[in-house]
Amino acid sequence: MKLRFACLIVATLFAALPLAYAQDGRMTLPKIVEAGNAFSIQSTGSGKGVLYIAGPGQVLKRDVQLGQPAYFETGSLYNAGRYLVVLVSGSSTDSGWFSVAPGSKPANLSFLARPSRLSIGLHNGISGTLYIFDVFHNLITKPTPVSFKLSIPSGAVQQRTVTAHLGEATTEMDSGTKEGFAQFEAQVDGISSTRVVEQVPGSPCGLKMSAQPAGNQIHLQTDPVRDCSGNAVPDGTIVTFTENYNGTRSTADVPLKHGIAQVELPAHPGATITVASGVVLGNEIRWQK
Amino acid sequence: MILMKNKIALVLFSIAVVPGVLLAAEPKVHVEPPNLHGPRQLQDQTATAVVRDYVESWQSLAAALRQNRADLLDQDFIGTAKDKLMDTIHQQVALGLHTRYQDRAHKIQIVFYSPDGLSIQLVDDVEYEERVVDHQKVLATQHTHTRYTVVMTPAETRWRVRIFQAEPE
Repeated sequence: MKLRFACLIVATLFAALPLAYAQDGRMTLPKIVEAGNAFSIQSTGSGKGVLYIAGPGQVLKRDVQLGQPAYFETGSLYNAGRYLVVLVSGSSTDSGWFSVAPGSKPANLSFLARPSRLSIGLHNGISGTLYIFDVFHNLITKPTPVSFKLSIPSGAVQQRTVTAHLGEATTEMDSGTKEGFAQFEAQVDGISSTRVVEQVPGSPCGLKMSAQPAGNQIHLQTDPVRDCSGNAVPDGTIVTFTENYNGTRSTADVPLKHGIAQVELPAHPGATITVASGVVLGNEIRWQK
Repeated sequence: MILMKNKIALVLFSIAVVPGVLLAAEPKVHVEPPNLHGPRQLQDQTATAVVRDYVESWQSLAAALRQNRADLLDQDFIGTAKDKLMDTIHQQVALGLHTRYQDRAHKIQIVFYSPDGLSIQLVDDVEYEERVVDHQKVLATQHTHTRYTVVMTPAETRWRVRIFQAEPE
């Protein structure tokens, strides 16, 4: 009798073992997976289960066979982040976390160069900010060397190498001394992104006019207007001529045309005439004729 | 909404006075002094606005993923971050899932302000709870602590999250 009872207990235990095992359904998770890489999740037990992988960046759900690895092919999980994994089998649930790391190879660059147009000769006038992404648009946060290069119209090149910190790199460059279009390039691990920055002449420098009689008028004309680096100031820039005579003032605003500005003002003996452009003052003439 | 903003403002203010203070039902927010490696100075007002808008973005994220409503992301997310969260919502809808996120604590530090003023990067050591729900059945609830790298850019009236990525553990 005792022997029969013992056999019954043992038989019951053996019969219940697979069921208990199936309900067990424990997982072994990878700690980190690189974005887009294939990976597998091993489970214990037998029977069927459902595996959930959920994070803000992605959600997956898959039927799995317990006791066998669940394979996730290349490209299944591609958004970097932290994922909660849940394995449900019958009434039992197991859960855990793992991380998806960004890919190690840069594939996309987000490069912002500012401003798109500026005057020549400005120290640290041009800034560039770069964000580095893998092929799945995950920010590559490991330290990464970045080369910035500004090729200015005179042929000179400014170059800086910086290390991207948490996926971001920034630099500042001086604008050149010659007007024209500068190429601003950021390069990382063989890929590059280029922006164009227009460099325009600075303010007029050494503004000078001359005067000639023209009947009962004075003909006033500037020399070709240039900035301090010798670049022609663009046509359309306003030059202001001011005549002061006997307590009255006459003003004429004239746009540059073909690099010079010219105007005729009444000829008053003893009048004082000045020329200016913006905040830059030119020479002064006292009309004596 | 105004009430929510006021609560967050109150949390930030309280932190300035008593570090580590916790208001019930709100995440604990601790803000470290900025550690900038860029050339641009960060004004206190800007830093406060960025932190406020970032903390609020967690509420938008949680609501959007809980209700599977992509439109709830519009206020606080833009660009890559918004695209990825929208994709997640579409996946959840297709699979009949919901996820519930509850942020418990943030430790935020601003680490970069771009010279042009058009992006701010911060890191956040965040504690949150995630719950996976399949057709109204809660499958699991887990608590975790992870570090997020976030890039925010200015929009019309607020800062929006453009990059939102957890660092691997």
